[in-house]
Amino acid sequence: MAATVTLNGAELTLDPSGALWWAERSTLAVADLHLEKGSGFARQGRLLPPYDTRATIARLAVVLRRYRPARVVALGDSFHDQEALARMDAADLALLQRLVAEHDWVWIAGNHDPAPPRGLGGTVRAELALAPLVFRHEPEAGHVDGEVCGHFHPKAAVRARGRRISGRCFVTDGGRLVLPAFGSYTGGLDALDPAISGLFEGQVRVYLIGRDAIYLFAAERLEGVRRSEPAASVR
Amino acid sequence: MISPMTAPAPATADLPEPFAGWFARRGWRPHAHQLEMLAAAARGESALLIAPTGGGKTLAGFFPTLIELTRQPREGLHSLYISPLKALAVDIHRNLEQPIAEMGLAIRAETRTGDTPQAKRERQRRAPPQLLLTTPESLALLLSYEDSARLFAGLRSVIVDELHALADNKRGDLLALGLARLAALAPQLRRIGLSATVADTGLLQDWLSPEGDAAKAPVRLIRGGEGPQAEISILMPRERMPWSGHMALHAMPEVMRAIRAAGCTIVFVNTRAQAELVFQALWRLNDDNLPIALHHGSLAAEQRRKVEAAMARGALKAVVATSSLDLGIDWGAVDLVIQVGAPKGASRLVQRIGRSNHRLDRPSKALLVPGNRFELLECRAAIEAIAAAELDRERRREGALDVLAQHITGIAAAGGFQADGLFAEVRRAGPYRQLARREFDDTLAFVATGGYALGGYERFRRLVRDGGGRYHVASPDIVRRYRMNVGTIVEQPMLQVRLGGRRLLGEVEEYFIQGLVPGDTFVFSGELLRFEGVRETAAIVTRATGEAPRIPAYAGGRLPLTTNLAARVRAILASPPLWRRLPPEVGEWLEMQERRSVLPMPEGLLVELFPRGGKEYLVAYCFEGRNAHQTLGMLLTRRMERMGANPLGFVASDYCLAVWSLAPPRDVPALFDRDMLGDDLEAWMAESTMLKRTFRNVAVIAGLIDRRHPGWQKTARQVTFNSDLIYDVLRRHEPNHVLLRATRADAATGLTDVRRLAEMLERVAGRITVKRLARVSPLAVPVLLDIGRESVYGAAIDTLLDEAAAELVAEAYALPDPQGVLL
Repeated sequence: MAATVTLNGAELTLDPSGALWWAERSTLAVADLHLEKGSGFARQGRLLPPYDTRATIARLAVVLRRYRPARVVALGDSFHDQEALARMDAADLALLQRLVAEHDWVWIAGNHDPAPPRGLGGTVRAELALAPLVFRHEPEAGHVDGEVCGHFHPKAAVRARGRRISGRCFVTDGGRLVLPAFGSYTGGLDALDPAISGLFEGQVRVYLIGRDAIYLFAAERLEGVRRSEPAASVR
Repeated sequence: MISPMTAPAPATADLPEPFAGWFARRGWRPHAHQLEMLAAAARGESALLIAPTGGGKTLAGFFPTLIELTRQPREGLHSLYISPLKALAVDIHRNLEQPIAEMGLAIRAETRTGDTPQAKRERQRRAPPQLLLTTPESLALLLSYEDSARLFAGLRSVIVDELHALADNKRGDLLALGLARLAALAPQLRRIGLSATVADTGLLQDWLSPEGDAAKAPVRLIRGGEGPQAEISILMPRERMPWSGHMALHAMPEVMRAIRAAGCTIVFVNTRAQAELVFQALWRLNDDNLPIALHHGSLAAEQRRKVEAAMARGALKAVVATSSLDLGIDWGAVDLVIQVGAPKGASRLVQRIGRSNHRLDRPSKALLVPGNRFELLECRAAIEAIAAAELDRERRREGALDVLAQHITGIAAAGGFQADGLFAEVRRAGPYRQLARREFDDTLAFVATGGYALGGYERFRRLVRDGGGRYHVASPDIVRRYRMNVGTIVEQPMLQVRLGGRRLLGEVEEYFIQGLVPGDTFVFSGELLRFEGVRETAAIVTRATGEAPRIPAYAGGRLPLTTNLAARVRAILASPPLWRRLPPEVGEWLEMQERRSVLPMPEGLLVELFPRGGKEYLVAYCFEGRNAHQTLGMLLTRRMERMGANPLGFVASDYCLAVWSLAPPRDVPALFDRDMLGDDLEAWMAESTMLKRTFRNVAVIAGLIDRRHPGWQKTARQVTFNSDLIYDVLRRHEPNHVLLRATRADAATGLTDVRRLAEMLERVAGRITVKRLARVSPLAVPVLLDIGRESVYGAAIDTLLDEAAAELVAEAYALPDPQGVLL
């Protein structure tokens, strides 16, 4: 079950997959796919399973089938590094190319992929303004109304009946919205971390992703994410 | 270590000088088993010595080395001593220095552990002592150096101490692989195993055998003097026997009296939480200020050393201890062992009791203090098992593949190997004697390229092959990472506990501290503490006063009831004449059960169904131990969910499982069908936090991800990776990958105990007695009282989030944006 929020006047749907759906503009946004993160580690001698790209694209394909958007915005860090595309398995690449071809696809540049590969189709941009929203990888300094961004991989934890439940989350104060990372190998940064909480001026609300639904908590209700849930220490 | 003599012993004339003279000067005579060990050495045989602690066992292991080196002095490493505990290696070293000095032997003995300074370690490789005392991990590291062949070429004997504590776990796997390596480097090597009494010595002989099989390469079995039967009694409380709880706090006045009456007592408990509580309770009653200390694995090492030293000096009246004192240093002067809480297994109890009275001519004395009625039955069962000399049977262990992966990396670092040669060598290690070539090849492929079906990692190989087909490490970085990650013990992330920000009290699991808010009080290190906050890697605490502190609840550490003891508890339940030996209120309890319901039968399975407080309860008396019951609870609730019974939760004890639901389950035998171990188990494995933790350990041991070292976060050199993400992806895309096979093998035992559950389901099929009752049965009362600490149905996470969220809304967490309510 999805949740809805209003951001700078735009009515948005937060999907439990971690994707953002803006029905009015038929636009779907996903952040931080980090494709080929596994092989990026392998390059350094850490032979993580290479299936992260396949898993991420498959999950993306499911969301795209559900919402059938006209436009897809990949909010940056779509590729774990500049050589990611060269390492991608042919079958994964073919599926990704097909998905890109079927949509008006926008690759926003991120810090991991300042120049997203052009051979894939779609358009590459530093940011995308679709009033009343603006899509960027990293937020701009100061208060910006209607800014949708990724980059931080927010994660949160709550305690219920003595059990800790932690997961990826959307974070917003009604003016700015930070998306969770969509990639299969992306960990998270505690939403309470000043790097994230400092982005907001209004009351911070966290939409925690459960198994099949999304749950709203005020920031005061959260517990810190344990350091033993190693988050995205690797960026 | 060296003890005065027991009755009929051989003369010192059987010993060469200066050993005979040294014994004679002390008025000692050697034990028969010490001479047998000498004879075995003279014949070049490997030997397994089974003897209680204090039987001069360790000296028996070293004698042949000392004598040989005295007869034929030589330089170079002659013997290795391997202990599971660093502290034990250090202690044995101290005890060994004494005879070496007193006899003026020109023999150098040194320890090498993780605490040994770098310079000394380097010198030890260049100019090794004749005797090196070390741990399995340090041996693995030594074997990973290119000069290991030279270092070990002249090695004549390796002594493995406390073998019983190594042979059934991954540390033992690592050591067995190390021994197979040593045998290849030093073909004339003899092996000596020292062990406490076990049920099946054959398993240990196989483990120790140079072929991994005592039928192919024999290991002489030598038994040390068994002392007289221990005197074990059960402490019967003056008040009525409690229904539930494990702390036995009701019995502390009697425990205190027993401590007062004895010379020196070890009070063994089962968990660290229990240690803290019992220690506090005893001090509240300690009007005479008797020196009573606390010892458990979370306390600062320095503090533990102090307690051990005080114990050795005879300065303590009692020490409250967990399994941290199960192994190791021989205290000599302990007169009484008190076991608080259930013994859980006959072998473990025998070993604990053996910590008392190391004079072999006098019986050990022990007092069992059950915390509740079932534990009382368990104590009776344990005493009967010990009287019948029926110890818990261990199973033959199959070597873990993650440990094999680590070993392969180490051998590659040491200069490389041929696959065929290494496979043959590995199969000479006991736990790996049945290893299939395919398992070996898959493990090797994992080390070399990750071993994934999806190609592409060839160019990132960690192992490369030279023209002759030998495998070598591809870069020095792989060797560096191997050395930093060596070992099979993967610790929970820990935080230091510092009093006032300075004095280190010990370490506690990070997740416990994360559950505290500043101002919360908890008991640790025998003190009531107030949590002030976390600073870097330390929890800052101050001393506190007040009531109702929290107790650190530690994961794991709690051993499940053994099969052997469970069978005996069942036999007592089924046999009313045996109840006469129980306190009246306990006999009455069982009689009431017989009247209101039925008694669980020795075979088959009793399942009771009854309504209570608007919920439907199912209580299954499986007697398979807490871990297997936990797994069963997870699987049963899944099935009940599908049947539409709406399960709400379950609680597992060592004896039974209780599940409660909105609707009563129909068709109970179908509920317990063996097919739950198919899809249900797979589905549960996908999300079980226990399995995820198991996978993380496997991934660390196998070298896929690095272990977390305290303080490394700051340097940012450490690369951490969330292993849960890898687990999810790998399960979905390559469910048969070697790391997942290793994870499943771990799940068969350990915290999930799937194998024991499977055997029970097999055994009770067609023999389930379903008893429908109008209300709770007498036997079900204890487990229902445990429900306060309920575990929640694994798939109910969303329900919980819902509740927590609803709570939030109800508390009028007035959010300015009305859109912010749940959909």
